Amino acid sequence: MERSSASLWRKIRSRYNLVGNTCENCNANYFPPRIVCRNCGRKSKMVEKQYKGDGEIYSFTKIRVPPDTFKDEAPYDIGIVKLEEGPMVEGHIIENGIEPKIGGKVRVRFRKMYVDGDEGLIYYHYKFEQIG
Amino acid sequence: MSGIVGYGAHVPIYRIKTEDIARIWGEDAESIKKGLNIKEKSVPSRDEDAATIAVEAARRAVKHAGIKATEIGAVYVGSESHPYAVKPTATVVTQAIEAGNKVMCADLEFACKAGTAGIQMAMGLVDSGMIKYGMSVGSDTSQGRPGDALEYTASAGGAAFIIGKNDVIANIIKTVSYTSDTPDFWRREGASFPSHGGRFTGEPGYFRHITGATKMLFEETGLKPSDFDYAVFHQPNGKFPINVSTQLGFDMKQIEPGLLTPIIGNTYSGSSMLGLAATLDIAKPGQKILVTSFGSGAGSDSFAIEVTEGIESKRSRLDLVRSIIEKHKKYIDYSEYLKDRDSIKKT
Ligand SMILES: [Zn+2]
Repeated sequence: MERSSASLWRKIRSRYNLVGNTCENCNANYFPPRIVCRNCGRKSKMVEKQYKGDGEIYSFTKIRVPPDTFKDEAPYDIGIVKLEEGPMVEGHIIENGIEPKIGGKVRVRFRKMYVDGDEGLIYYHYKFEQIG
Repeated sequence: MSGIVGYGAHVPIYRIKTEDIARIWGEDAESIKKGLNIKEKSVPSRDEDAATIAVEAARRAVKHAGIKATEIGAVYVGSESHPYAVKPTATVVTQAIEAGNKVMCADLEFACKAGTAGIQMAMGLVDSGMIKYGMSVGSDTSQGRPGDALEYTASAGGAAFIIGKNDVIANIIKTVSYTSDTPDFWRREGASFPSHGGRFTGEPGYFRHITGATKMLFEETGLKPSDFDYAVFHQPNGKFPINVSTQLGFDMKQIEPGLLTPIIGNTYSGSSMLGLAATLDIAKPGQKILVTSFGSGAGSDSFAIEVTEGIESKRSRLDLVRSIIEKHKKYIDYSEYLKDRDSIKKT
């Protein structure tokens, strides 16, 4: 996790709101946003797209031995979520008493990802909650 | 006058039972449950704070209102647990709902009534034509000192209201405030936990200000308790709102739908706003709701609200307060509670 306020600021919209992009030439959806469409190359017409945040769990894993940043959070679940609109997105699956399962329906939530000590910034981020 | 265009709520899923707190301090759970009228309270998870709760409530409010977030011209967040001392929670909320940059923003503090103060500010801006819609959020992750009576009630939750003139679900007929300099409850900058005047907090604080504002509202509108279908009062515990409603001439049937503290605790800035949201969840067109908030220090904001026809068509877009509270709740014990609250000092 980077700790500069400039890089936080640049990525804030994708982190808060799953803002990616779509290619108007072939309708391919991307998250995170891509500069050039994978299918269309020089013909790509990229425009911004905000994903609704609904999807299902494609795969997940329980982290028991976390990196230092998340040492107080373990155990926690990280998953790959297939958004309704297509893109696969990695994210934390928040603990809500339901064990994650492949194919489980998820919805996007807004949570703290990381707090930089007692005096640094608080990094907010999307996470996913399994709702069924 | 302006009215409510949409609203949204959020309550964390964790709960701790009164018994589990009482056991740690060797107190009699039954007498506390009866004395405070509280069964259990909500606890935020480690990755939730007043900003994340405000965002969840605000996003639900935008969805319920059915407006573009960029039409919102002011965002106020009332809390006594803003995550930063300097860096407004309202900026995080504004960004997270994608309201754009043309927004008036501020964090408000007035103990448990900063959110209703924000509603009044938004009303003024809407009525003067300065903005089309304004949002006010009341959100808190409040803390009681371990072992203090407040530990049984201090909980987490929030609600967001969007004020405007178009497509309202309820009109705000009138709002008034009653304010005085009263040292009933306070927290100094840098202190982790609040202090309070013990038994002093009730009469000159809560009761005097709530009855003061509510009677002022009756006088200015000519309305009386029986004109209202529902009433919501600030809920520091489950007992005070019942007592104050009896003093003012309301009955249990009027306050029951909005009385949430017995099952979620005192959500501070969220308290009266969540109560109003839960009441609007079941209200029918033409019904009248009285809301009086209270913030220590001290003051009360009182509102007379009349539900419109518009409420029915928007209801399908709503996450109902009681279903948010009941759907996924997870009980934790006192040690998990301390870990969640980050109370364990790490070296
Ligand atoms: Zn393409």
